[in-house]
Amino acid sequence: MSDNKPSTPSTDNLAAGSADPRGLTRRGFAVLGIGIGRERFMFALAVVFSLLFGLMTVADAWVLGYATDHVIRPSFDRGDITDGTLWVAIGLFIAVALLRTVGVVGRRLAGGIVFYRLVAADRRRVTRKYLELPLSWHQSHPTGQLLSNANADVEAIWSVFMPLPMALGVLAMLVGAVATMLVADAVLTLVGLVVFPALFAINIVYQRWQGPRMAHAQSLRGDVSAIAHESFDGALVVKSLGREDDETRRFAAAAERLRDANIGVGRIRAVFDPVLEALPNLGILAVLLLGALRVESGAAEPGDVVQIAFLFTVVAMPVRAIGWVLGELPRSVVGWDRVRTVLDDDAHMPYGTRALAGEGPVALRVDDLGFSHEPLADGGVPVLSDLSFDVAPGSVTAVVGATGSGKSTLTSLVTRLVDPVTGTVSLDGVDVRDLSHAGLAASVALVPQSTFLFDDSVRSNVTLGAEVDDDAVWDALRVVQAERFVSALPHGLDTELGERGTSLSGGQRQRLALARALVRRPRLLVMDDATSALDPDVEQRILRALADQTADGTGPSVLVVAYRKATIALADTVLHLADGRIVGRGPHDELHARSAAYRDLVDAYDQAREEVDHE
Amino acid sequence: MSDTDALDGVLPVPEEIEREGSLAIIRRGLSLSPAITQGIWLTAVLSALGTVGSAVVPIVVQRAIDDGLGGSETGSGAVDVGRIGMYVGVTLVVLLLTGIAASLSKVRIFTASERGLAELRVRAFRHVHDLSMLTQNTQRRGSLVSRVTSDVDQISQFLQFTGLIMIVSVGQMIVATIVMAFLSWQLTIVVLASFVPLVLLLSTFAERMSRAYDRVRATVGELLAVVGEPVVGASVVRSYAIEERTQRRIDDAIDTNYRANVRAQTIVSVTFASATVVAGIANAAVLGVGLWLGLLGDLSLGTVIAFIFLVGLFVGPAQMATQVITDAQNAVASWRRVIELLETPADVVDPGPGGERLADGDLGARFRHVTFRYPDGPVVLDDVDVTIAPRQRVAVVGETGSGKTTFAKLLTRLMDPVEGAVLLGRDDEWTDVSRAPFDDLRRHVVMVPQEGFLFDATLRENLLYGRSDATDAELVAVFDDLALTDWFRALPHGLDARVGQRGEALSAGERQIVALVRSALADPDFLVLDEATSAVDPQTELRATRALERLLDGRTSVTIAHRLSTAENADRVLVFDAGRLVEDGSHRELVALGGTYARLHASWVAQQKLAPGAVGAGSAGGGAVGGSGS
Repeated sequence: MSDNKPSTPSTDNLAAGSADPRGLTRRGFAVLGIGIGRERFMFALAVVFSLLFGLMTVADAWVLGYATDHVIRPSFDRGDITDGTLWVAIGLFIAVALLRTVGVVGRRLAGGIVFYRLVAADRRRVTRKYLELPLSWHQSHPTGQLLSNANADVEAIWSVFMPLPMALGVLAMLVGAVATMLVADAVLTLVGLVVFPALFAINIVYQRWQGPRMAHAQSLRGDVSAIAHESFDGALVVKSLGREDDETRRFAAAAERLRDANIGVGRIRAVFDPVLEALPNLGILAVLLLGALRVESGAAEPGDVVQIAFLFTVVAMPVRAIGWVLGELPRSVVGWDRVRTVLDDDAHMPYGTRALAGEGPVALRVDDLGFSHEPLADGGVPVLSDLSFDVAPGSVTAVVGATGSGKSTLTSLVTRLVDPVTGTVSLDGVDVRDLSHAGLAASVALVPQSTFLFDDSVRSNVTLGAEVDDDAVWDALRVVQAERFVSALPHGLDTELGERGTSLSGGQRQRLALARALVRRPRLLVMDDATSALDPDVEQRILRALADQTADGTGPSVLVVAYRKATIALADTVLHLADGRIVGRGPHDELHARSAAYRDLVDAYDQAREEVDHE
Repeated sequence: MSDTDALDGVLPVPEEIEREGSLAIIRRGLSLSPAITQGIWLTAVLSALGTVGSAVVPIVVQRAIDDGLGGSETGSGAVDVGRIGMYVGVTLVVLLLTGIAASLSKVRIFTASERGLAELRVRAFRHVHDLSMLTQNTQRRGSLVSRVTSDVDQISQFLQFTGLIMIVSVGQMIVATIVMAFLSWQLTIVVLASFVPLVLLLSTFAERMSRAYDRVRATVGELLAVVGEPVVGASVVRSYAIEERTQRRIDDAIDTNYRANVRAQTIVSVTFASATVVAGIANAAVLGVGLWLGLLGDLSLGTVIAFIFLVGLFVGPAQMATQVITDAQNAVASWRRVIELLETPADVVDPGPGGERLADGDLGARFRHVTFRYPDGPVVLDDVDVTIAPRQRVAVVGETGSGKTTFAKLLTRLMDPVEGAVLLGRDDEWTDVSRAPFDDLRRHVVMVPQEGFLFDATLRENLLYGRSDATDAELVAVFDDLALTDWFRALPHGLDARVGQRGEALSAGERQIVALVRSALADPDFLVLDEATSAVDPQTELRATRALERLLDGRTSVTIAHRLSTAENADRVLVFDAGRLVEDGSHRELVALGGTYARLHASWVAQQKLAPGAVGAGSAGGGAVGGSGS
């Protein structure tokens, strides 16, 4: 569903563009220039082949004229085949056809390679940039948009390169056509000078009319798809409330809008196609009539007339390529702008060069931490303020708070996915900003709220390329209670999970994400509500095993965001967060006895039940 | 893309469809969308007239040359301009008429195919909602979506573009062949013979091309997956410092995709160009043979030249032929998938107005020796026999796979039992749910699914799913009834608040709240709830729990309980194990019984006790039995 979301802005841009088509076309040519610059050699090759194609197309007509005047007519007049000219003509026909074929193959292949190379290179650029840009940047851009930047937008920029070599060949063809016409007969050339520009102009008008209509139809297609996705996803609701007929009406309305838009596109085509097809034929008729006068007056040979007439039939189709190029330009510019926005973003988060010394659990110190998405001076709302606390080596600290209290932000700051606005985070006394990226990742592991699995094997999903043997992987899987289900998979550790691991249940996915963190033997483990999809007893077993490790000094220091009371109770210390501040801290028992707000929070469910009992 | 890949084996395909040939599929497809073929004869005639135009021009060229422009019969120099002018005039009229015919035929083709396909789309959409599979197998939803979207688009693309090209081309070739046959049958054979090798090679080309494109599609799927990794998995990539590894995976996928594309492009280019060579050979052959025939006195100069013009009419179609074949194959495959969908019988059928309406007022339920299993699957529910009295509050307990969800789905008739019957009613008035018309059944029995699924619309529109004719005042009243007024008042846009895709603008707990209000609006006599498992914000949970209590008040309810506290609150607990109903009684009775339930409860209590100092934790819940009743 996310893939059709970006289609709306793109059509908006196109609509805005059609208000200023000239500017858009000019910028389109600039984009063309950049692409040509990047693939100079291959593009030149494509153009050379295309020129060959264009000139051979004109030559085809010339050969016919030559054959008419030098082979067919003399032979018919004399009643016998003259000399070797027949063989020359036959040879010419075949040679021109072969060269033209070489031109077509070379043009299409080299043009295709240019396009695919440009797309591949930009895709590399965009994904590299994604990997460089800080997480805060990622968080402020919708996923669907970023995916479309790397896929559809990149293709949109360069797809104009598919017809471009042909269009350039056609230009050469037109020049060649007019030249051969001039050689044959200047008056007949006038017909060409009317017909070719007319073909050209009509094509452009056609693209201008059709472009926005097709973009509109495309966005309506997105609507149809979105409704189908949503309605089938929500089937249980639709069914249990008996809304099938209403849903069908909703879908039908979208399907009908799409139908009408497509019919509109078809109408335009039905008007333009026959005109474009008739135009060369009209040219031929004009040439015949004018030609008859010219031949009568002795100014032209019949072969000239035949040649020029034939030119119209061979040139008519290729001329459309110019229209295709001009039609693609606005799309190209829109794609370019969207991709540029990503590539030109200068947000960055430099890493330091230090690594942590020693081994075993580390001490986490958070000092006067403050964070807001927008600078406070610009009216930003503080997400966290004046946060200070310590997590002693080998201890477990739980973070508790209502939605929006800043718990997830805290986990991002502690693991340095994001930098604070004020204050510091340090590990064993070293500011996390001084640590190298590798050094940080080697010491700290975050298990985020939503699990992400790679389209890869179970093993790779746990190790993520780290040098870890299978025993260590199984050890980690054992701790997270995943040993049983993984060994039951068809190929064990080698089982491919498929895209995003959709073949696994939510709980299984979370367990793999936990194993991923544990297998690296982190010195600080941060879990952001990372066990929410697990059965409570499974969660308990995992946390017990973890706490045991931590207690005997082999495990990491732990910072855990939690809701369930049993989880919270495992912690040595609890931090109670409200509106971005610590409002209570201490062991669970103590807090529970002391703070009414804390009691409300963690007892909410039990409290609800008690109230019911009293009703 | 992945949707299409996952299509195979989604539906139990009747064998005859699988075996049917392409023509039969097209015939069936057309009969399913009568609008496409409506008035098709007129369209065909117009279309045929439209193709005449391009074939007329070579004839005029021939006549003009033979009758004046230096033709052999009149001798060079004697040009009859008047006659040529007449030819040109007549041809202009013919071109105008055929142009109009071609235009009209295109409008008709677009209109008819779009109308037919829109109907097909809507019909397929409705049919999907009638399949119980939709609620049973969530993983296959994507492929069902593709049948009402990309599959239909594929058919439309074929009918309007390649199909149209094919019709026009074939028409053009037929007309050209007829014209040629009139001019010279010998040269006609020469031209057709030149194209024979190409025709013979077409199927091989098409096969290679479709294989190359399959490969491209597969690599696109992989590419999309890995390109998503740095975006969707940004925090994992960053916190594990695996940027390089991720980039390597992306680069590999980009390379693989690039190679597949270039390979496909090579095949397409060669195929496309082969027609150009053939045209050259045909022209040379026409020249040689034509000249020879001409000298024998059978042929005029104009005819030879007209033939070379006519050969041009074959080049375009020959260039497009492989593309047309590939597209046609894809379109037939899509059509086959849509037909499969439509011919999968709706397994849970609405008895319609002819059914038995349920009695108004309190409603109970009775399972009479109900057994359920999926086709070719193990037994999911085994001989369940139980009666639920009106206004009873029942909790269903059991491990994953015990059959408790199936029990709920049978109760709401999302599925039908394989053996036995599910009845609704009270005392001596019982109605088999499969006899109750859908509109009546849904009015009386409503299921509240686990996740509060919301539609990407306003809060109001979402609530109206519960009852479409409710006024704003009624909506607000329901918030009051469920003690949710404070939550509702805090919404900045009130009923006009947009909830986002799947309701993502709201938190999980808030979505549950909206789902409860939506169900309350439907005002059913009987509620079936699938309790949410995911942890939500405690304060919202408290609110939702209160609302739920009010919603259940005075109604019969069956709750699939994932928390044992829910069971403690129920009037009655049904315990399922491996598809059988193993225990049935109140919480207290079942704890005393010391069976499955007692074991489940003991482990739950132990877990709650891990929380020291927890006031009113699970162990203290014994006194909660009875709930609110009425």
